[in-house]
Amino acid sequence: MTLIATLATTPKPDADQPPSPYADLSPAMTPVQALAESNRCLFCYDAPCIKACPTGIDIPAFIRSIATGNLKGAATTILSENIMGGTCGRVCPTETLCEQSCVRNRAEDRPVAIGRLQRHATDRLIDGEPAHPFPRAAATGKRVAVVGAGPAGLSCAHRLATLGHEVTVFEAKAKSGGLNEYGLAPYKMADDFAQREVAFILGVGGISVEHGRKLGADLSLDSLRADYDAVFLGVGLGSNNRLGIPGEERAGVEDATAFIERVRQAPPGQPPAVGRSVVVIGGGNTAVDAAIQAKRLGAEDVTLVYRRGRAQMGATAWEQELAQTEGVVLKTFAAPKEIGETTITFERTRLTDGRLTGTGETFTLQADMVLKAVGQKLSADALDGLQVTGGKIAVDDAYRTTLAKVWAGGDCVATGEDLTVQSVQDGKLAALAIHSHLSA
Amino acid sequence: MADLSSTIAGIRSPNPFWLASAPPTDKAYNVVRAFKAGWGGVVWKTLGEDPPVVNVSSRYGAHLDTDRRMIGFNNIELISDRPLDVNLQEIIQVKRDWPDRAMVVSLMATMTETAWAGLARRIAETGAADGLELNLGCPHGMCERGMGSAIGQVPEMVEQVTRWVKNAVNLPVIVKLTPNITNILWSAEAAKRGGADAVSLINTVNSIVAVDLDAMAPTPVVDGKGSHGGYCGPAVKPIALNMVAEIARNPETRGLPVSGIGGITTWRDAAEFLALGATNVQVCTAAMTYGFKIVEDMIGGLSNWMDEKGYRTLDELSGRAVRNVVNWNDLNMNFSTKAVIDPALCIDCGRCHIVCEDTSHQAIRIDQGEGRRLFTVVNEECVGCNLCSHVCPVPDCITMVPEQNNLPYVTWPNDARNPMRVPEAAAE
Repeated sequence: MTLIATLATTPKPDADQPPSPYADLSPAMTPVQALAESNRCLFCYDAPCIKACPTGIDIPAFIRSIATGNLKGAATTILSENIMGGTCGRVCPTETLCEQSCVRNRAEDRPVAIGRLQRHATDRLIDGEPAHPFPRAAATGKRVAVVGAGPAGLSCAHRLATLGHEVTVFEAKAKSGGLNEYGLAPYKMADDFAQREVAFILGVGGISVEHGRKLGADLSLDSLRADYDAVFLGVGLGSNNRLGIPGEERAGVEDATAFIERVRQAPPGQPPAVGRSVVVIGGGNTAVDAAIQAKRLGAEDVTLVYRRGRAQMGATAWEQELAQTEGVVLKTFAAPKEIGETTITFERTRLTDGRLTGTGETFTLQADMVLKAVGQKLSADALDGLQVTGGKIAVDDAYRTTLAKVWAGGDCVATGEDLTVQSVQDGKLAALAIHSHLSA
Repeated sequence: MADLSSTIAGIRSPNPFWLASAPPTDKAYNVVRAFKAGWGGVVWKTLGEDPPVVNVSSRYGAHLDTDRRMIGFNNIELISDRPLDVNLQEIIQVKRDWPDRAMVVSLMATMTETAWAGLARRIAETGAADGLELNLGCPHGMCERGMGSAIGQVPEMVEQVTRWVKNAVNLPVIVKLTPNITNILWSAEAAKRGGADAVSLINTVNSIVAVDLDAMAPTPVVDGKGSHGGYCGPAVKPIALNMVAEIARNPETRGLPVSGIGGITTWRDAAEFLALGATNVQVCTAAMTYGFKIVEDMIGGLSNWMDEKGYRTLDELSGRAVRNVVNWNDLNMNFSTKAVIDPALCIDCGRCHIVCEDTSHQAIRIDQGEGRRLFTVVNEECVGCNLCSHVCPVPDCITMVPEQNNLPYVTWPNDARNPMRVPEAAAE
């Protein structure tokens, strides 16, 4: 077994300086760390971790391959179920998925570090292998349009390409990757990983991406249906919810997703400026990502305010704790009432029989920057003819929309949590459904 | 507190833990460090006639688990490659400085009386050796020159060499046996006939420990080539235990003192050797894996366990398990034991189920429990094989519980299911 014996060389951070938002939150494992950790896996039968993974990766199999020195085999095991295994190893809330169900928790309270091992295996393949690991089947002559080059779209496109179809991906933005490129905190996707992963996925061949193409602008669902044998919509959730309170239009008030995008897309060495006192409103992972970034960019005080309690937050306990470790103050049971020039006023709330009510008591925080992270919703403008239910595109069990020849997946449908890993699974399963339809 | 002082073949040591003849006992520097660490004695690395042998570069190979734990170890090193006189002077000095520790000196020579007797006398004349150990086991290198296992594999030669040495010197003689034979009793009995005061076993097992798949050669690789070597370490312990027990329960060799060797890594390993009839134990690989300090827990662990069990001396413990080592034909065919899985300790890994399902008797059922799987043994299918309890990662989660069937002790020769059964009446 070949083991590259490089030891950890993570530079020690300067305790007086906030870490850069662009630096890896959790550095890559060294081969020695991966060896020790992979040997903790018990190779469970019908393992609970596999069932907890939305993409169903054979986790014990890939970890065993790491332990035996078969790193390429480990990576192909992962990527065969989840072509974005590299991103998922970095950003998945493993503490509520695979690692939560790891049997090592039961007697030891410490799961196998599945996410970090997954990154270890996939990094080596994505960075080190010249050839794409998955061959393409013989050309079918079928052409599929994929709208959106995010996790769902790219996952679908990759699977269709391996099955022999020709895929054209239409993407409104200048880069592929979707939220991997524009919506995840940079410390989770350090060193331009989103683009490296996109290049790896496209390496399968048979996929062309057209940027600056937007449904409702220069594309229509009707023309796609006419020009292609099938259409997959992986359009995500395009718009942000509003607070609907006075002062929301003031300068210095911004959607957290837009802020994260600015941070992600800033030229190297020129990160965006942040306020001295930043207030983030919301309780999900986007709120936490934005708050930590603001802190790492130099904000003196960052307060994350959520109208309900810690238990109701969308951000996992691990994310909440991370925010606190990074110096973010968490305030709960407070709803925003009004945004002033450099302040924001909240009303305290309480939960009574599951119902949230205001108490009438208010308090005011200094805020020269307010970031809103109160959820996103589907931009349904260009989806004429599609049934939208509960704010999501309605699909059947095979990801088929109410329009013939149109399938959909990812955050724009209601299959599971709005997570990268779920989107990858949607894209994969929709591709198989499309393939089955095209092969019929 | 238990008394760990030990005497074998008249050789006394403060505890039963000796370092075996091997690299750790090659010179005074190492042996002094060992005595400082607490080892009860050493068998000095094998001395030969001058001129000393010359060793090759690259000497050890390892059999590692995926987490790099040492399962087994092998070497192609020869006997001491230092001049005889240098070794003898150091032995004298060390014994002078550490009089309470056992100083046994290993030796090896070609198959002539002059060689063996001459070497034995040279060692005896130092007055520093408490005993001699005859190296009749080295399975690599020396055997190609007619020594080591080349002698140990022929019982008549074992007897002859033992007799030559016993006649030459007035020192206790321990004969070290090779496991690379068909029946350990033949060489043990030969040693006894030759006048051995004790036997020590096992020497290393002949082996190729691994293949370097880049060099396409056995390890350790010496300039692109490799040779078979002597295998030792935890993996050989079961082989050694069996051979020790065979000697202990064989009427011809019963009572012959045994120094147990083979993969002893913990106090528990040592206790097992003692229980099967060993008087003391010798250690090498564990020291070569962890350094000399491991003897502290060997001593402390054995002592605490003996206190817990009420053994006051090593004599009270030695051989306690021998009477329970029997031939298969003497086992009770009516005994039945069943696996029992404790759901409170189960961590839901499913390993017990899959090994039973795939490779054994399909005797572990899965039901959906509360938030996890519930594993239950199907008693009608369970043959009490123990496999599930061995693969379970949680100690005591799966236990084997004997059934109270009130059936008599019946061995296979008397079992009604045996077509070759000896009828009870005729067996009178």
